[in-house]
Amino acid sequence: MKKYKNQTLLLLIIALFILPFFLNSYWLDVLTLVLFYVVLTQGLNIVVGYTGLLDLGYAAFFAVGAYTTAILMTTFHWSFWLTLPVAFLFAGIAGVIIGTPTLRLRSDYLAIVTLGFGEIVKILATNLEITGSASGIYGIPRPAIGSYIMSTQKDFYYLILIVAILSVIAVYRLGRSRIGRAWIYIREDEDAAEAMGINRIRLKLLSYASGAVIGSIAGSIFAVKMSAIAPLSFSFLQSVMILLAVVLGGLGSIPGVVIGAVLVIVLPELLRGADDWRYLIFGVSLVAMMIFRPQGIWPSKNGTEDAADMDENEKSNDPNQSMSV
Amino acid sequence: MEIILQILIDGLVIGAFYSLVALGYTMVYGIIKLLNFAHGDLYMMGAFIGFTFLSIFTGDGGVNTGLLGVGIVFIGTMVIVGLIGMGVERIAYRPLLLAPRLSILITAIGVSLSLEYTSMIGWGASYKVYPIKLPNDGLQILGTQISFAQIGMILLSALLMLGLRLFIDKTIYGKAMRAIALDQSACSLMGVNVHKIIALTFFIGASLAAGAGIMSGVYYGTINFMMGFIIGLKAFTAAVLGGIGNITGAMLGGLVLGILEAFGTFYLGGSWKDVLAFGILILFLVFKPTGILGAKEMERM
Repeated sequence: MKKYKNQTLLLLIIALFILPFFLNSYWLDVLTLVLFYVVLTQGLNIVVGYTGLLDLGYAAFFAVGAYTTAILMTTFHWSFWLTLPVAFLFAGIAGVIIGTPTLRLRSDYLAIVTLGFGEIVKILATNLEITGSASGIYGIPRPAIGSYIMSTQKDFYYLILIVAILSVIAVYRLGRSRIGRAWIYIREDEDAAEAMGINRIRLKLLSYASGAVIGSIAGSIFAVKMSAIAPLSFSFLQSVMILLAVVLGGLGSIPGVVIGAVLVIVLPELLRGADDWRYLIFGVSLVAMMIFRPQGIWPSKNGTEDAADMDENEKSNDPNQSMSV
Repeated sequence: MEIILQILIDGLVIGAFYSLVALGYTMVYGIIKLLNFAHGDLYMMGAFIGFTFLSIFTGDGGVNTGLLGVGIVFIGTMVIVGLIGMGVERIAYRPLLLAPRLSILITAIGVSLSLEYTSMIGWGASYKVYPIKLPNDGLQILGTQISFAQIGMILLSALLMLGLRLFIDKTIYGKAMRAIALDQSACSLMGVNVHKIIALTFFIGASLAAGAGIMSGVYYGTINFMMGFIIGLKAFTAAVLGGIGNITGAMLGGLVLGILEAFGTFYLGGSWKDVLAFGILILFLVFKPTGILGAKEMERM
């Protein structure tokens, strides 16, 4: 069974590598966007899916990566590859900065703080001189490997594809490591986890920081692919779309989250005519999803808290309702 | 001195809007521990529905809107948005009342998106200009300019808040709300219809937000389908500032936030005032999560 699964995965990856030769540039662009979302959702999956911390400002880390790369490349003429570690560092610091005040907070306060933090990053980007104010940064140079300058659509497709595969592997491995299991314990029962000797503070910060670093990679690549960035790309709606992809696919489940990313990007493209309706449809589907299938399309095997709790509730729902006269 | 007084008055008007929206936030949180992300969008709905009614009344030679007409529109809109609030509770939140926090928070985001984009499809994405303009005349006190409209709005908000305070303190429904905030299952054992009281809470919260929505539409002159998002955050900040779940705290928090923001706008410029508000929010959550009136945490509402 396991061997069979590996073969399917290998076939899928090979298919993804040869696909650009058969697609027109429009669908190649859509596919590239999907891969960006795969990376972003993997990062958020660590924070929301594994650790159970609701983050409504995830686009902020995407922004940190994009702006770090853009500023270093345009103002200081750094090579793209050199900007990456700096972006990681900044994103990690940003993750810890946002994580620290939220450590004492419960889920709902935490959601609001992350939301506020996301907005602050966006307002900073809109108002600071160095980030190019509202018009953003443009004319970001192309990255080069040796003497080859990456400029075509296919180049960036392969770049993000490799990063997406690496991030999927990394998040998968993390989830099964000692750290990942500790995150899941924290999600299931924080107090019990602490009683078992898990350092809750360190692990929560680590969760934020690793999620942030993965988000920043997507941001850095986004900056060089678009060669121009503006604060509008890092709004609250962007954060919600990433969260939606994670929730839709199934919190904590890697194949689910990948499917979520595909759905969130491809469905609106298919519904092109109904452009005005797309966020409305998403809003309604979020509500419907939470009511009818809170565990997502492809739930993770070790069962999220939500799934287990929902079953319990369904049993206890009726007597509770009939109690009130 | 005059400038400081002027800022204070402007801040008081904005603060009154924040307070009205924050009340709904804090009531819903107090009673079922739900952060209603969609609450700011009910404020936006109020602004738009009020806009539509006022357009019908004032549009080409229709009924002449006097103060009475505006009053009818005001109350009508509050009732309609109140009903929308109840509908949201019934459809989206009630089935999830016992679900984990994460699910119900995500539902609230979904409701917020649905309301925003319903409004965008219904009224369009562009800014709308409010059909009635406020007269600019007013009083000169100590060298500051206060328009009658500003006085009216502050008075009206105060009246609504006083009404709510009396409703919660004196009526049997208010008593039921306070009881549910303390212990929901004990209440239902004592024969309180918990769902009905929760629905009533949503109705009151939504209609207060709608009242603030119309007033701010008239005050600023333009409305937009995204206006609810930022005010929802501000109102939440106000609620936290005052101590979430605490009605008097929400009123106080709104006023304090409005005044702080007015000063921030004056000294730092308009684009930084939101950073100021969120900064206050984060600082309060970290250092004093119970808010200004946090000592009364034991009995909410």
